[in-house]
Amino acid sequence: MIRRFAVATLLALPAMGLADSFAITGARVHTVGPQGTLDDATVVVEDGRIVAVGRDVDVPAGARQIDGSGKIVTPGLFSAIGNLGVTEVNAVDGTVDYVQRGDDFTASFDVADAYNPRSTLIPINRIEGVTRAAILPASSGRPDELGNTSNVISGLGAVVRLAGIDAVTRRRAVLVVNLGESGGRLAGGSRAAALLSLRNAFDDAIDYAAHRDDYASGNRRDYSLSLPDLEALADVFDRRVPLLAYADRASDIRVLLALAGDYELPLIVAGGAEAWLLADELAAANAGVVLSSVNNLPGSFDELNARLDAPVLLETAGVRVSFGMNRNMQDHNARNITQAAGIAVANGMTWEAGLRSITLTPAELFGVAATTGSIAAGKDADLVLWPDDPLELTSYPEQVWIRGEAVPMQSRQTLLRDRYLDAGSAVPPAYRR
Amino acid sequence: MRFMLWTPVAIALLLSACGDGAAPGGAGDTEPFASRYAAMPSQPLLLSGATILTGTGERLDDADLLLRDGRIAAIGRDLEARDAERIDAGGLWITPGLIDVHSHLGVYASPGVDAHSDGNEATAPNTAEVWAEHSVWPQDPGFVTALAGGITTLQILPGSANLFGGRSVTIKNVPGRSVMDMKFPGAPHGLKMACGENPKRVYGSRGQSPATRMGNVAGYRKAWTAASNYREKRERAEAGEGDAPDRDLQLDTLAGVLDDEILVHNHCYRADEMAVMLDVAEEFGYRITAFHHAVEAYKIADLLAEHDVCAAVWADWWGFKMEAFDGIRENAALLDAAGACAIVHSDDRFGIQRLNQETAKIIGAAATAGIDIPPERAIRWTTANAARALGILDETGTLEEGKMADVTVWSGNPFSVYTMVERVYIDGALAWDRLDPDGNPVTDFSLGTTTAGGAP
Repeated sequence: MIRRFAVATLLALPAMGLADSFAITGARVHTVGPQGTLDDATVVVEDGRIVAVGRDVDVPAGARQIDGSGKIVTPGLFSAIGNLGVTEVNAVDGTVDYVQRGDDFTASFDVADAYNPRSTLIPINRIEGVTRAAILPASSGRPDELGNTSNVISGLGAVVRLAGIDAVTRRRAVLVVNLGESGGRLAGGSRAAALLSLRNAFDDAIDYAAHRDDYASGNRRDYSLSLPDLEALADVFDRRVPLLAYADRASDIRVLLALAGDYELPLIVAGGAEAWLLADELAAANAGVVLSSVNNLPGSFDELNARLDAPVLLETAGVRVSFGMNRNMQDHNARNITQAAGIAVANGMTWEAGLRSITLTPAELFGVAATTGSIAAGKDADLVLWPDDPLELTSYPEQVWIRGEAVPMQSRQTLLRDRYLDAGSAVPPAYRR
Repeated sequence: MRFMLWTPVAIALLLSACGDGAAPGGAGDTEPFASRYAAMPSQPLLLSGATILTGTGERLDDADLLLRDGRIAAIGRDLEARDAERIDAGGLWITPGLIDVHSHLGVYASPGVDAHSDGNEATAPNTAEVWAEHSVWPQDPGFVTALAGGITTLQILPGSANLFGGRSVTIKNVPGRSVMDMKFPGAPHGLKMACGENPKRVYGSRGQSPATRMGNVAGYRKAWTAASNYREKRERAEAGEGDAPDRDLQLDTLAGVLDDEILVHNHCYRADEMAVMLDVAEEFGYRITAFHHAVEAYKIADLLAEHDVCAAVWADWWGFKMEAFDGIRENAALLDAAGACAIVHSDDRFGIQRLNQETAKIIGAAATAGIDIPPERAIRWTTANAARALGILDETGTLEEGKMADVTVWSGNPFSVYTMVERVYIDGALAWDRLDPDGNPVTDFSLGTTTAGGAP
């Protein structure tokens, strides 16, 4: 308990609720920015922001000094796909808020409004280094009691900070849609119909945005979407919100590139099992790919060419690659993005690119790189202090800071663990705290 | 120990019978679907200068391993064998071939289309009469990727929809044209049982029993009562008292458990339910070999140690359903520390490819809790302890003289995320080689459908 608690009690308690100034000294700092990796470096934090990082940086008078010698500092990790804080127990429907069914709200379904910052998933993931997460709506082909399924358009995703109550840092960060096999199922059969329904919705929204008054006075044609959905999509086109599209098969990704090009929306491919077959086209379109954390099996006919070295094939072609979709456990174990990056490195990616794929790259893809994702003066102090290589699965953070606040290195899981550590106790577990 | 163990002589008989092309000998005369496994050809091989985790809890540095005639011929330092090819394994780590006690490869094969959904006979809460081996599709590409993860043996189980899901099968991870080509010679059958949410949800939602956990337990007790009667009647008939009962495939399986010939593998998440199941077993005089998933096993580590029941667990799956809400990463470590038999399993076509990494997560988590688990101890969770739970520890699971030469060679410490499986030997034959991709198996399904399988 030892390592984790020693640091936690020294730092976490006084710092909670008040982000003061401190400096981590003597550490190997992976900035994931232009400064690269710095040995024996100092990171200075004031009022929640990084104010300096470098080898020749002085610790300001009055700043607490945290000895990082022999240790590693990285930016906080970014989970690029998931449902943190919008689910508690996946099989308990009442806790699942990322799936919407029926046609009343599709593009306007904003998952951020359901975010629960007190979810048990938050501390469990943040004490392992995850400081930011994209939370996304998802479509389900499983009908509810009324027979409703979800739409090809899932809704709007957001970015959250894994600390504090006012934690949604970017709303309407992406529009989530589904192509391929699952998109086809949602559209009623063919994947071609999924594409059609998207084009139809986009055309309607564009027409609506140009003729709001006519529509209100009943002098415009009927649209395929509800008014809130039209407004939401109008905003997507107005702000050029990225299209995050689930697609695995290369042919679907090619279709998607054309769609994003026609409507001039930035593109993030999610899943992307066969994206490596189109690496050059994706790079040319400046598209991002959020890969399933590990995929090397034909789970479906859309994924026949899934392979373990897909991350390095994409990344060396110039595609921005991230991870976030753990097929079994994309919510509760967002922390396993380090495993995804580690496996990518074992299969050819450079270590630096591996770390970037779970920090700065997703911050860029979701539009929050100005404030997080790397260690640079002016950014939020989302930092992790590791005893050793963060991509090694035996490595657990000693301390995590979110906007300069040391988070308590405690979760429901550490409490359960500690309760049952003392096997010989004569006191019933319920009395042990 | 009430595991059914096979003597090397019996195994040798079986193997030689296969080699002669004759009908399987030994129990094969009466045993349906008997193993037709025949080891692939091998040459004597001396792997020298490696770090060896033996699976018995020992670590040998700069050590040698001699494989001959499909068996481990010697292990130690400075071995000499003039007839053996010598491979410099300096810098490499060697472990027993990994064993996954919980897989659905072949019964939920890739691609995961409806037509491949062969793992749950969810038509009645007791389907002890079905055998997973009759669902196994040997062309599942997942077998090859598991092999690339160092898996030499796996148990394939029916799913968990039913109280009694059916018989499991233990196979060697070799390509076969039928499951009989893959069956681990002499390995006992298992019986898959399931506690908790799954059976009560599946049948409760159809308005039938079980709809509750108490309904689950009533279902077990009813079935064991019937099996006890069946067995008694059979025994009396053998002693010349009365007629033998009509053969009943379902009761055959359950009676096999009561006869200690079939091992119970019990899917069970919650500590309180596992404790109830131990009492059910005691009531009817059978043994639970292992609880699977056992997300709350750490809460009753002492009880499991006392009953000598293994717990096969994940590193970190939690929260996907209510009975998995209390999962913690240290589960296996707390079991191990209490002297219980801890196993790390996958239940997953991706997880099976890296049981070493799942173990690494537990090692790291345990360290933060002040529990030090060296590699030679941790490797037991996916080797010796797994073999024990499958009733095959006399044959595999450790690197000891005379055992099957089931061996995984790693590029370094298997608990580093950067370490790769270099080579896998099954019964002394090279089954997979990272540096010779063209020599590795490709299933019929992958052939021509994937670029790696030669698709244009």
